[in-house]
Amino acid sequence: MNKLIKNIYQSIGLPRLIIFAFFILVVFAAGFYNMDVLSLMSNVLRRWGMYGILVLAMVPSIQCGNGPNFGVSLGIVCGLFGSLVSIELDIANLSIFADNKHLGAWMSLLFAVVLSALIAWFVGMGYGVLLNRVKGSEMTVSTYVGFSVIAFMNILWVTLPFTNGDIKWPIGGEGARNTITLANSFSEVLNNTASIGNQDTGLFVPTGLLLFFFLFCFIIYLFLKSKTGIAMSAAGANPNFAKASGINVNKMRIIGTALSTSLGAVGIITYAQAFGFLQMYNAPLMMGFSCVAAVLIGGASTTRARISHVIIGTFLFQGLLVVALPVANSVLTGTDLSDIIRMIVSNGIILYALTKAKGGAANEE
Amino acid sequence: MDTNYVLRMNNISKEYYGTQVLKNINLSVAPGEIHALMGENGAGKSTLMNILFGMPVIHNTGGFDGTIEVDGVPVVIDSPHKAMELGIGMVHQEFMLLPGFTITENIKIGREISNPTFISRIFGKSLEKLDQKAMAKDAKKALDTIGLNIEEYTRVKGLPVGYMQFIEIAREIDKSGIKLLIFDEPTAVLTESEADRLLDTMRLLAKKGIAIIFITHRIDEVMAVTDSMTVLRDGSLVDRVLTKDVNPVRIAEMMIGRKVEKLLDDTDDNRTISSDDIILDIKNIEVKMPGERVRGVDLAIRRGEIFGIGGLAGQGKIGIPNGIMGLYETTGSITFDGNEIDPKILGDALKKGIANVSEDRRGVGLLLNESIEQNITFTAMQIQGKFLKNYGITKLYDKKQALEHAKNMIKTLDIRCTGPDQAVGRLSGGNQQKVCIARALTLTPKLLIVAEPTRGIDIGAKKLVIELLAKLNREQGLTIIMVSSELNELRSICDRIAIVAEGKIARILKPEDPDAEFGLAMSGVKQEVHKDE
Repeated sequence: MNKLIKNIYQSIGLPRLIIFAFFILVVFAAGFYNMDVLSLMSNVLRRWGMYGILVLAMVPSIQCGNGPNFGVSLGIVCGLFGSLVSIELDIANLSIFADNKHLGAWMSLLFAVVLSALIAWFVGMGYGVLLNRVKGSEMTVSTYVGFSVIAFMNILWVTLPFTNGDIKWPIGGEGARNTITLANSFSEVLNNTASIGNQDTGLFVPTGLLLFFFLFCFIIYLFLKSKTGIAMSAAGANPNFAKASGINVNKMRIIGTALSTSLGAVGIITYAQAFGFLQMYNAPLMMGFSCVAAVLIGGASTTRARISHVIIGTFLFQGLLVVALPVANSVLTGTDLSDIIRMIVSNGIILYALTKAKGGAANEE
Repeated sequence: MDTNYVLRMNNISKEYYGTQVLKNINLSVAPGEIHALMGENGAGKSTLMNILFGMPVIHNTGGFDGTIEVDGVPVVIDSPHKAMELGIGMVHQEFMLLPGFTITENIKIGREISNPTFISRIFGKSLEKLDQKAMAKDAKKALDTIGLNIEEYTRVKGLPVGYMQFIEIAREIDKSGIKLLIFDEPTAVLTESEADRLLDTMRLLAKKGIAIIFITHRIDEVMAVTDSMTVLRDGSLVDRVLTKDVNPVRIAEMMIGRKVEKLLDDTDDNRTISSDDIILDIKNIEVKMPGERVRGVDLAIRRGEIFGIGGLAGQGKIGIPNGIMGLYETTGSITFDGNEIDPKILGDALKKGIANVSEDRRGVGLLLNESIEQNITFTAMQIQGKFLKNYGITKLYDKKQALEHAKNMIKTLDIRCTGPDQAVGRLSGGNQQKVCIARALTLTPKLLIVAEPTRGIDIGAKKLVIELLAKLNREQGLTIIMVSSELNELRSICDRIAIVAEGKIARILKPEDPDAEFGLAMSGVKQEVHKDE
């Protein structure tokens, strides 16, 4: 029994226990300051599912030896594009779904997911080829790939000939708006599926959203147990070892990058549907950083990551942001610390993890 | 001894973390003498030179015992700078030259000749103007001394390798008061004619009264150029002899020496090995492995034998297995048990039944953070699809079967561990090696290649690994190729031993052949290769 507890303790790790204890502490503090704890908790659960798949996108990238995917914005823009196409075709309001709005919304979501994941897969393969050429400095390169692609897509967003009224600027002109409402397509469709509780009064559990998140976690878990998944992890852990076992290391890295990019695309769609809007242009610029921070807080390193790191990390990171910030604001009245603290926490965690980083693909001959 | 020596090192001993690497070594060189320092890899040559140069690695590990005298005066050399001040120079094996600089600049770097200017009078010496003419003159003089006819303003970048070596020498002799020059395997990278030039230059320098220590393992060069030599073996002094008193065979014997330890007890040997039943036939393979290049090797391995490949480090013996496995760019034909193996296809050799245990156990051989079970099953799963369970739409890793297999292997190979989940990084060297062998055996290979199986493991574990290999060979009829730097190890287990020198097979010997034969082959003394021994 003692050994069991020790094992559990070791697999969770001291940093997580401290953060979790801190989380509990701020929840009590929130109660002390007469905040609506239930609504805060609902918010935590919602953001957990909302960010989960984006954070999950870090796992294949880390496992295949590329380090955390700072360039997940590449997948994000694919997801945005897929959603735009789904809105443009107005799939949710097709006549076959006339009697079942909910089904229409689901179909519109699935269409966006499948289309953008496919596009992201091919884009990710190209991205993987690029990363194979810059072994040893993947993290730096991927950060700039992420920044560049946002700038590049900004040009496309203004020029692409969308005609749907939700997308277009209201007064004439071409191109997409800054924020595009999903009210007519798949807004909150996952959140409301099999949800428990009432959004306005008590605890609201977005069951559909969480299940969707866990489903993807399970799929990636299975993938990591497959022959290709194991080969990919080995290629990331020790490229020379993998090569000696007859594995094409570069191919495995491309698979990992493509998978990560696809998950990024699916991730932003889940995020957008929970948020209710698509945020275009520069909105996803820094999104990669909070995802990296979340998976690292969950116990991953820049060379090893597990699914449990994603689940724990997203919960702790988002949970702290949701609960601790309002508490901090009411303790230090008159200040608006929320955004500053969010930046300090997420960048601080990334900095901490990078100082611990070593090895990786750089040691391949 | 009345001769007055320019350098005397007396009773030098050195320990690294409790391992004695040098025991009471004496080394003395007279002015104008060319003295060879000889020994196998690991005999202690480099450590001795590090001590002479006051390298930080020596002082960081507790210093050394013994005394050093230069010109009869005891000195304390605590930094490379001090050694230079005493007139000791070194020509490095890897060139320490700045490619973008001219020859003059390379020769004079750090010792520039400069004239004061108006600015330097105010701001100090570092802003003085370089006296290019005087420097060029000095450089030219140094180049002339060694007979190198090249313009001193040429940039080093793009010069042939041979020239770079000479520029290094020019830099050393340009230093005023140089008394002793050390050449660390200078001919290793040179062509034959360049090497001859270098030897001439050494003679020339010696005539000018500079003492030379020549570190090499090429016996023919030693015979040609040196006056005397010191031979080291396993950190002990074998002897200091005059070159005219010995012959190559005697030198080879001194370097190798018969070691008493026996790694394999006599076992029943009822194998029948026929010289016609060839399992692996290699024809003219060349492997571009950095530091271990193979330049055209033919080998025919007989079914059921244990074949050894030996030789000094850097000669290409490690390149052979890596080439067969397709890990480095390889050309040539490899026929294995009737099938052609294409070394350009990664994993082709694995698929056709050759398993390899890498020489770099921790770097290539293992996933250090993963469990024993993962390490043992990985290659067989990837290459042969073992340990996968079919779930209809997808095949997933079959942990149960893998665990069972790992437990079996742990039992048969006697791997000491807490269980199959233990991370291999936590195991001792010998047990890590067994995990590597277990992974290779999981492939049920027809031919097992093991490279440096006993590197970095203690003597007891060494014996176990050797016994294990012998057992696999005797009981299961597994053909084994064993690549090792330790001749003793090869001679205790192998049926035939090929000695590799300079990327080629120098000779194929029997384990009971005399030490001298092995020594000569390792030193690359060219002899007829007896194919049918």
